[in-house]
Amino acid sequence: MFSLTPPQLFGSKKDGVKQAEIQGLLKYGWHTEAMVLTAIRGELVVIPVEWSWLTLSRVLFSRQEVMKWNGWGYSDSRFLFNKKGQAEFTGRRYRLSGMVLPSLKDWFESTFGASLQHKSPATATLNASAVPFPSLNEAFLQDLKSTGIPFSHEAEDRVFRAHGHCLHEIFALREGKFGRVPDLVVWPNCHEDVVKTVDLACRHNVCLIPYGGGTSVSSALECPPDETRCIVSLDTSQMSRILWIDEKNLTAHVEAGIVGQDLERLLNESGYCTGHEPDSMEFSSLGGWVATRASGMKKNVYGNIEDLVVHIKMVCPRGVVEKSCQGPRVSIGPDIHHFIMGSEGTLGVVTEVTIKIRPMPEYQKYGSVVFPNFEQGVACLREVAKQRCAPASIRLMDNAQFQFGHALKPQVSSIFTSFLDGLKKFYITKFKGFDPHHLCVATLLFEGDRERVLQHEKQVYDIAAKFGGLAAGEDNGQRGYMLTFVIAYLRDLGMDYYVIGESFETSVPWDRVLDLCRNVKERIVRECRERGVQFPPLATCRVTQTYDAGACVYFYFAFNYRGLADPVNIYGRVEHAAREEILANGGSLSHHHGVGKLRKHWMPESISDVGIGMLKSVKEYVDPDNIFGSRNLL
Amino acid sequence: SVSQSCMVRISSLYPPPLALASCAKPRDPALKKRDDFEDILEERRSSSDLRYALRCYVPVVYKGIAPCKPGVLKTAVLQSDRLRHVMSKETGESADVIREEASGILEEMAHRLRLGTVRFFAYSLSKAFKALFQRVRVNEDGIQRLQQSIQEHPVVLLPSHRSYMDFLIMSYILYTYDLSLPVIAAGMDFLGMKIVGEMLRMSGAFFIRRSFGGDKLYWAVFSEYVKTMLRNGYAPIEFFLEGTRSRTCKSLTPKLGLLNIVMEPFFKGEVFDVSLVPISISYERVLEEALYARELLGVPKPKESTSGLLKARKILSEDYGSIHVYFGHPVSLRSLAQGRINRSQYNLLPRHIPRRPSQETQAFVNETAYRLVRLQEENMVLRPWVLVAALLLQNPDGVDMERLVEQTSWLRGLAVSFGAFLDWPDYVSASKAVASSLALHTGLVRTEGGRAQLAMEPKEPGSPEEDLFDRAASVLSCASYRNQILHVFLRPALLGMAMQMAEASRKDDIYSCFSFLRDVFSNEFILCPGGTVQDFDEACYMLTKCAAVHVQKQEVVATEKGQRILSFLTSLFQPFLKGYQVGPAPFLELVDYPRHFCFLGFLPSATSELTCYEALSSDVQKNALAALLRMKVVRKLKV
Repeated sequence: MFSLTPPQLFGSKKDGVKQAEIQGLLKYGWHTEAMVLTAIRGELVVIPVEWSWLTLSRVLFSRQEVMKWNGWGYSDSRFLFNKKGQAEFTGRRYRLSGMVLPSLKDWFESTFGASLQHKSPATATLNASAVPFPSLNEAFLQDLKSTGIPFSHEAEDRVFRAHGHCLHEIFALREGKFGRVPDLVVWPNCHEDVVKTVDLACRHNVCLIPYGGGTSVSSALECPPDETRCIVSLDTSQMSRILWIDEKNLTAHVEAGIVGQDLERLLNESGYCTGHEPDSMEFSSLGGWVATRASGMKKNVYGNIEDLVVHIKMVCPRGVVEKSCQGPRVSIGPDIHHFIMGSEGTLGVVTEVTIKIRPMPEYQKYGSVVFPNFEQGVACLREVAKQRCAPASIRLMDNAQFQFGHALKPQVSSIFTSFLDGLKKFYITKFKGFDPHHLCVATLLFEGDRERVLQHEKQVYDIAAKFGGLAAGEDNGQRGYMLTFVIAYLRDLGMDYYVIGESFETSVPWDRVLDLCRNVKERIVRECRERGVQFPPLATCRVTQTYDAGACVYFYFAFNYRGLADPVNIYGRVEHAAREEILANGGSLSHHHGVGKLRKHWMPESISDVGIGMLKSVKEYVDPDNIFGSRNLL
Repeated sequence: SVSQSCMVRISSLYPPPLALASCAKPRDPALKKRDDFEDILEERRSSSDLRYALRCYVPVVYKGIAPCKPGVLKTAVLQSDRLRHVMSKETGESADVIREEASGILEEMAHRLRLGTVRFFAYSLSKAFKALFQRVRVNEDGIQRLQQSIQEHPVVLLPSHRSYMDFLIMSYILYTYDLSLPVIAAGMDFLGMKIVGEMLRMSGAFFIRRSFGGDKLYWAVFSEYVKTMLRNGYAPIEFFLEGTRSRTCKSLTPKLGLLNIVMEPFFKGEVFDVSLVPISISYERVLEEALYARELLGVPKPKESTSGLLKARKILSEDYGSIHVYFGHPVSLRSLAQGRINRSQYNLLPRHIPRRPSQETQAFVNETAYRLVRLQEENMVLRPWVLVAALLLQNPDGVDMERLVEQTSWLRGLAVSFGAFLDWPDYVSASKAVASSLALHTGLVRTEGGRAQLAMEPKEPGSPEEDLFDRAASVLSCASYRNQILHVFLRPALLGMAMQMAEASRKDDIYSCFSFLRDVFSNEFILCPGGTVQDFDEACYMLTKCAAVHVQKQEVVATEKGQRILSFLTSLFQPFLKGYQVGPAPFLELVDYPRHFCFLGFLPSATSELTCYEALSSDVQKNALAALLRMKVVRKLKV
């Protein structure tokens, strides 16, 4: 079996670590002290520059040692309520790590009607004996062995790759329940390995499910329960090299298994970045972005994945598909990239991608604006989009989310800070007359050269002022973005105390944003009430992206499930109803999460029967034997 | 004389909808639990009206939104995308001229709700109501439900329409219970009344022209005005589904125009839900009683005028008994539309661009309208007098008091088992109920020598035509009371008539006769298109329940015991059958249908039966003609 040389405990952070890299890491909420890559067997690993090939994804060969098997993210990072009943975030990776969050408990208890007395702990360890025995295709296995591509059929490896992060998937894991899991995991090391693997799969009629970062929230990684063939999870994590960087054309050719944080870090070393930062970028992979049509937080400057890719190589049962040139735009029939992007693992495996890169921005500045209400905030975002002057990122949280953000404020270190906070609050609510139950906050991130950033900043704040917006400081802005990285960890905390929840998203024309937000939230509340949920749910949203013709809206929905016999089922029904509401209000089926199996029910009405037929005919040509049998999308 | 058509009739904008099959299980109407009533005049009789009118009035509002000023509302309407769109489409005129015109329309239409005026009405109506009525009884549970609804979703109040008192009563009650005062769709006729029209405007009425067929700008201003109020949760919107006062006390076929308008914001996602509140207002004696009968006989309705209103003061000296106002359960539009309306059909067109509703939407709106009118009917309080009136009409030569009491008592049992909402407490004996009914309607009934009979003899003999007119008028007055209970018996009676018609007991034959009769009478009664199967099942269920028929798999057979019930039911509806047989005959050759001719143009022979007087009603004639046209039995000729 394949084995990775265990990384040593390297020296201190000072070893040749450039200032720029620390800056780069800070952006993603990494711990400030060191270039902590990961923790293996409980030890911190700090790597010097020469070792930078050692990307996280390569370490992820044995994910279970680094990451939780039944929750989000790193094993060492989690929220908990300490003995004093105060919330704490463990580990050393994030800005919030090691901090105490004094107001989280009150918020948690009052929002959900939850209590720290009522715990719903998860099964502590993975019980390998409860995992279904793998049904292996011996002939395939024989041939695979001869190729030398590493593989495993150990229970832990298979369970790890049997799920994404949908609520029902995590809930089942916490209860120690396993459905259909892959029978085998393979780790191809390069494009050629993938070609061989797919070839063998076709020859022996084996079902392949590509696996990148495992951050799917569309049930895309779930194995079809009635699949009788041997299911092989094709883990791309070992294909994580940057193959070349072309500084003349500002492109990089990268293997598709690389995860977001490694890609950025490695490019940063050369002074470049892609600027593609989906909220999951710590763990999600380049190939996954392509396969789901991902969107990054800073798409206003860098574009979404479809704007970023120049060239894609994908291995299909029918062969390898790619374009013959890297022309920046072509008119050669329908763009074959658009068959690949969003194909969600149903057509093949993306192995290599040429992606645009940009010089690292000279200057970054966070910011925030308080609006008297959500309506004004949306009107402001609309105006910003109209004038096409959106900063790298602009997001508008509704009131509930603003309060949530507030509950995550760490303990203030001095009386002076707390005095200042009080003063700010007084100014906004009393002096400016904002109702604390209606006001909402937009967070901003500017990027570019210093002068232009400052100019840009002024322009945006001037527009905001026309809609009653008050500048509310860099700190609030930065905390807002940090929240996106820790929110997934918070769900695990909730699940320890009978609270379940998830996020979902949509895109919608501007004129319908307010109506959609209001109706969907109200639908959630009503559905919960009708289904016997005892305490009103948390239903909150934010506008996370602006476009010329509309916006992306992101919802959080969570409730206390004490007293319910089948909470996951109720959760699913409410989410289903919420999605119906979204569609009825002119929203899309998905902006960037994708369809997977969770939302494919609505595909025909979303793209018409003819549209379905088009996709089917592509699938039938490319993969007639349904080797890529995840059954997503269609 | 008083005669004001209050409310506007917005004709159905779109063709009739598709039929919808429904196979819901018939419910047991008698099991329906209804709320108790409180008399709101009781307090008025014991405390100061002035203090009541001046008291602190702080109604709860939708989601805590502060009502905006009428001026702000107007600006919002004029600057709406919808109006801008229509203006850009109007050709030939400059934008300024059109804007002027729109502003003028709005000026003419818009309400100017003022608390001062409301207080004036609160004071003067207290005085008037106390003089006119014994009691104004309201179900307080309904008020509580309404209060809850007002805070959650925009509310549309849908009262039945029998009298021009209806909307005064409505506003009066809402003021009394500290609820938001509604804005009310009223007919332009009111504006003809000096001062009064403007006062109504200041108490929340907005005025709509009676017809504006092709005027796109008018339609746009009007619908945008209503929708803006609804979307902002400005105030409950009140209008009459029936479009006009029912002169016959039967519910009228609902009009869909305004209902379409108030539903659209929900279909387009502009509001989460809309609560539709059916309200049943029943009068023991309608103020316009005598006028209605004359109108039905072709005497034109007097024009609304302030002097006319002042002359009507004499009615203040009469006793009009009690009024019952029942606020029904708010109906959630969202729940009704669940699975019926695909709201995403509105996704591909900007929402301010008007477009014809799809067929499914039209069918849905129509069905909802019928459903709401039926809810109004179901909650309509019936006094014992309506039973007496029904019996007296079946006994044109009079009936012994004893027999009348016995029959009334029997009919009471039948009506209750069919789910009638009868205001007849158990402790009141039948003889007492009959006696007090007759006492309140001395103008219509004569009781002499232990017999009761409809008052048919004219006070001063005149020409034969005048005598006939008077006789017909009193029959129609009496019929208007009987009509109040028809909805209870309608379906079983149609079954009874169908059984007679089919002359066989095969279920299929009876069903097809039932279906035919239902079709014929669908202009006359509230029979939702496409509900034949459901109605048939309901009729079978009701008649089986009172053991009048025996329903088998293939057959429907009348029982021994059922003879009395069935013969009562068929004779209850006999006047309509007769009316349809003879009523429209004289007009079939006429090109245009002239209202005044209904009396002069058709004189039944002197010996004709009493029931034929009802054939003289212009309402029956109009409905019959419409039915014949609809069923393509006759054709309209243009000369």
